[in-house]
Amino acid sequence: MQDWLSPAEWEAVRLSLRVALWATLFSLPLGLGVAYALARWRFPGREVLNVVVHLPLIMPPVVTGYLLLLAFGTQGPIGGFMDSTLGFTFAFRWTGAALAAGVMAFPFMVRAVRLSIEAVDPKLEQAAATLGASRAWVFLTVTLPLILPGIIAGTVLTFAKGMGEFGATITFVSNIPGQTQTIPLAIDLLLETPGGEARAARLAGLSILMAAAALAFSEWMARRVAARVGGR
Amino acid sequence: MLEVRLTHTLGALRLDVAFEAPKGVTVLFGRSGSGKTTIVNAVAGLLRPASGRIAIGERVLCDTAQRLHLPPHRRRLGYIFQEGRLFPHLSVRQNLRYGQWFAPRGARSEDMARVVEMLGIGDLLSRRPGALSGGEKQRVAIGRALLSTPRAILADEPLASLDEARKAEILPYLERLRDEVDIPILYVSHSASEVARLATTVVALDQGRVVAQGRAEAVLGNPAITPLGAREAGAVLAARVVRHHADGLTELEAGGMALWLPRVDRPEGADLRVRIAAHDVIVARGRPDGLSALNVLPGVVQAVREGAGPGAIVAVDTQAGRVLARITRRAATALSLAPGAEVHVVVKAVSVAQADVGAAG
Repeated sequence: MQDWLSPAEWEAVRLSLRVALWATLFSLPLGLGVAYALARWRFPGREVLNVVVHLPLIMPPVVTGYLLLLAFGTQGPIGGFMDSTLGFTFAFRWTGAALAAGVMAFPFMVRAVRLSIEAVDPKLEQAAATLGASRAWVFLTVTLPLILPGIIAGTVLTFAKGMGEFGATITFVSNIPGQTQTIPLAIDLLLETPGGEARAARLAGLSILMAAAALAFSEWMARRVAARVGGR
Repeated sequence: MLEVRLTHTLGALRLDVAFEAPKGVTVLFGRSGSGKTTIVNAVAGLLRPASGRIAIGERVLCDTAQRLHLPPHRRRLGYIFQEGRLFPHLSVRQNLRYGQWFAPRGARSEDMARVVEMLGIGDLLSRRPGALSGGEKQRVAIGRALLSTPRAILADEPLASLDEARKAEILPYLERLRDEVDIPILYVSHSASEVARLATTVVALDQGRVVAQGRAEAVLGNPAITPLGAREAGAVLAARVVRHHADGLTELEAGGMALWLPRVDRPEGADLRVRIAAHDVIVARGRPDGLSALNVLPGVVQAVREGAGPGAIVAVDTQAGRVLARITRRAATALSLAPGAEVHVVVKAVSVAQADVGAAG
């Protein structure tokens, strides 16, 4: 099994999983907040927020990567600040790959969660309030359990998107083995290497398998949760 | 005692009301669009009235003069919604306990077992709301509100979404609620028979204003107050079951007068409220003879109210209580019905529907 992929390729798989995991971990709470605000609140700038969240879905990924470079590169305002005060760098590191993956996957998270929040009847939340639950408790005991299927769907989509992100990642943090070379970037490099096609095909097959497994898992979870939530 | 005074504008409706709801059931009674639900939502804190004051005893829930508006979760009111609004992801037991999680420690709490027994929902506890019938859901919703240790109970047409059979199933539970629970119940309805069966106090609303309030018998027997139109008018008599007879009739006694009704499913000696719909009552000048109707009560005309159409409502004081009759104006003129006229009112026994007979409260 170890021989099936070279150590460098295993490194790419591990890196992809790590990048996707961190991208998902950060997108989840943030996406939940943004989705809730978009679904339930009317505030100035709501439309702007909506557009900004969805931009990575519409724009060419290279442009997103370029904008990330401008903002989070060591010369960029945010990247420079974090580098000098916190000693935290995004540029040419796996953290940058995770950021790119997270930003690109964020619209998927927000859309999935927002749809499920809009499907929750506010009358149920009112009922919970009349029974003594404060806003936070209403969210935790009524809203959150009812939107769990949407959260699961959003999480899996985000994770899968994070595993497969290419354009923004390569633009922002380049293709550095062991740091930013995730599966798609490794495949890209192998395809340009003479005699690399077979190995590229193996990596491609592996990523198809992982994507299919993630989808099957999310379908299964969503069915279980939906049965429990809408349940009999 | 729940005290409500508020003004509010909602669309074309200008609401300006003041009333009190003592212990027992106070029914907010009126057509749809008369502002009933708006009032209940303001009491619950789901709506902020333009001005007004809402208090239960010493506890002020809302006072716009002091810029005080407690959020719903700090009011401790049990709200029974029209559509139940049970939490679909929780079992019946968890739904019932939901309010207890948030009740203040040491609050006098209703006993779960007693409420479950009173509402007959013991067999449903482990089910989810999705597996319940409409009537069962509503019983659970009543239990959930009751178990949140509320200072008052609000009910917004809790029976409106149910068919007649389910209504008949739940009304007895609401009567028990009224008789066994020691807090005010504010109950919205536009059903005359629900009012007749449940109301201790009636607040009649018309276009955002209180047109009458007081004891149910007094408000419903007032010919000037027909919140739903003359078609739905009907007075309520207090009566007691005397005997069930072999021919299927039940003999009642009201103010010393005998009343005969189709079999009433109550034990002998039970106190009842019987609603006599005004359109089922005939007025006769002399004592009628050779009549198939069993209930003939002598009385004195107290008022005649002529409507815009061909009809008139005649209020007759009998020994059994106030009876309303809906007759034509032509008949009223022909019989020269006027206050003080001595008449007999005739009520066909079979015309009193079971749904109009309820336990006294």
